[in-house]
Amino acid sequence: MTAQTHEGIHVGRLYKVFGTDPASVMPLVHEGIGKQELLEDHGHVLGLRDINLDVSPRSIQVVMGLSGSGKSTLVRHINRLIDPTEGEVRVDGEDMLALDAAALKQLRRYKISMVFQRFALFPHRTVMDNISYGLALQRLAKPERLERAARWIERVGLQGYENSYPHHLSGGMQQRVGLARALATDADILLMDEAFSALDPLIRSDMRALLLDLQHELHKTIVFVTHDLEEAIEIGDRIAILRDGEVVQNGDSQDIVLRPADSYIADFTKSINRGRVIRVGSIMEPLKPDLSGPDCPHDISVEEALPLAVASPGGEARVLNGEGEPVGTVSLGTLVRALGSEREHDRAAAGIAGQAAEAG
Amino acid sequence: MESPGRGPPPRRPGGGGQCEGGQKPGAGGGEYRGLNFPTLDIATLRAVHKSIDAAYKTFSRNYGDAIESAFDPLLWLLIKFEWILLNAPWWVIVLAIAGICYAASRRVRLSLGVIIAFLIIGVLGMWEDTMRTLAIIFVATLIAIAIGIPLGIAMSRSNRMQAFMTPILDVMQTMPIFVYLIPVVMLFGLGKIPGLIAVVIYAVPPVIRLTNLGIRLVDQEVLEAADAFGAGTWRRLFGVQLPLALPNIMAGVNQTIMMALSMVVIASMIGVKGLGMPVLQAVTNQYFALGLFNGAAVVGLAIVFDRVTQSYGRRIQEQRQS
Ligand SMILES: Nc1ncnc2c1ncn2[C@@H]1O[C@H](COP(=O)(O)OP(=O)(O)OP(=O)(O)O)[C@@H](O)[C@H]1O
Ligand SMILES: [Mg+2]
Repeated sequence: MTAQTHEGIHVGRLYKVFGTDPASVMPLVHEGIGKQELLEDHGHVLGLRDINLDVSPRSIQVVMGLSGSGKSTLVRHINRLIDPTEGEVRVDGEDMLALDAAALKQLRRYKISMVFQRFALFPHRTVMDNISYGLALQRLAKPERLERAARWIERVGLQGYENSYPHHLSGGMQQRVGLARALATDADILLMDEAFSALDPLIRSDMRALLLDLQHELHKTIVFVTHDLEEAIEIGDRIAILRDGEVVQNGDSQDIVLRPADSYIADFTKSINRGRVIRVGSIMEPLKPDLSGPDCPHDISVEEALPLAVASPGGEARVLNGEGEPVGTVSLGTLVRALGSEREHDRAAAGIAGQAAEAG
Repeated sequence: MESPGRGPPPRRPGGGGQCEGGQKPGAGGGEYRGLNFPTLDIATLRAVHKSIDAAYKTFSRNYGDAIESAFDPLLWLLIKFEWILLNAPWWVIVLAIAGICYAASRRVRLSLGVIIAFLIIGVLGMWEDTMRTLAIIFVATLIAIAIGIPLGIAMSRSNRMQAFMTPILDVMQTMPIFVYLIPVVMLFGLGKIPGLIAVVIYAVPPVIRLTNLGIRLVDQEVLEAADAFGAGTWRRLFGVQLPLALPNIMAGVNQTIMMALSMVVIASMIGVKGLGMPVLQAVTNQYFALGLFNGAAVVGLAIVFDRVTQSYGRRIQEQRQS
């Protein structure tokens, strides 16, 4: 281990260019050449540009973006399935790029595991053998392997399917196998590349619930790729949004919804149910000393706070922090305004200003 | 086989439209000289042939014995296997073959069919020849697999290797069968070893090709999963790539066996004993029934091998795909 004992995942100034001679076009990339231009004039694909991302231990970092924005490329740098063109990747302080093949293998066996979009199960192995694959690579004795795998089979609800082959299972069940296979190795870090994207909506929300449930006990460091903002908000402690290989915004769900960095992100957030996503704590106003009640916790949603505010005579409620101390106020007006997006406000405001200007 | 001084008539690719079909076979390109194609004159052509033959002859005189002794273990294997097949009681062999057939295919009717086929072969007096053919097919297939799978793996791992091998395999598969016999016989004379080698050369390309193809077709994401869990090159190859390529490899083995079987008849021209010999006799002496029976025995063997390897391939495929 190096002197740096910083826990978690650190990605710094990471660049990835695909093509025959990435080094030759790096100067252009640093000058800020566009992805399209790089491809058309120089025949190289810009995968990632200047990515800086820190994932704190035991948290869920979501990576979001449209197809082709570089999400898969980014997560694959964390276990070095892809080598960067430039930049650094550190896992718990350890420089991933300095590892030789043997050390890298060790790291993948014990420390980082992965769940795949199309499950990537081994079709010639039974559920049991799939789940114990990583354990076999850890050279665990067979009885222990089977015992541990059996525990995970039970934990993800696949009892009775131990000896089935993957193709006998539904998509949701296959991904349970994928999840159990990744968790069975006891790795601290879990990479999930669109792990639930191939599933039906209902199954998908089951799987999300399962994942959050597991995370509650296990406290893994999870990097979760998705292109679905709703999923991102439900799961992620932090959400990084990628566009054309660059991080456009990285923040928690409140940041993304309330303060989208640009119109690209605002577009993402348009279809979101704001009442359910926005927390009272992130829109409250300063505490009014004379206000006495009713009280609402800071982490309930706008939707949940509305009835409280409506029932209160002044249309206002006191917001309490985690310790139960009053820290702010929300009014009916604030709550209702939060339901419309910032941009609509701006547009409305601009419209009024414009009319005023015309009139004047 | 003796002095191939008079080669095949020179090719006239696309040229001489008006004398299409006017070429007499074996005319040596003399009569129509000057019509349109600038052919080498006979003397030069003969000199070219001669110098190639001479070079090859020197090579075989110098190294023939050494190469031949390198093949001794194979000869030993072939002889032993043949001895077992010829000396074991016939019913043991029939039961053993039916057993292998059932183990591979899990099909009772197919296994019964195999028993009946071998009983008919025995009753019609072709048992000994069939056993000899079985022996050489078996050994040739083993060798083809032992050479073909590693080559196929090498091809799948590097595009350059693939680019290098593909034309060679194309040539091997389109070269007229008889041409293989010439250099092999010049090197080894007549007998089992040259027969075996000719059969293997002719039959090996499908295993190589389909091993390569099978490995290349393995799902990229599944390979990525193996990598992500820390599998090394070998575990990836033996734990994932080869098992997943197995249905394709089996298809290659199946084709290889079929080609070996068809080559066996031709190999009898250079002294390989077995079902090919009587067929050859039948052709030269116009024994229609003899040729028909022995030909039917070859077909029978082919069907048995084909059904067994195919249903084995299908069985492993069914296990993993819906
Ligand atoms: N091996 C490669 N060679 C060339 N270009 C690549 C390679 N892998 C990815 N790319 C390109 O890099 C960009 C990012 O791809 P990536 O797969 O990371 O996107 P993604 O966000 O995961 O998209 P999706 O949602 O479709 O999975 C794309 O433009 C893609 O075409
Ligand atoms: Mg992707």
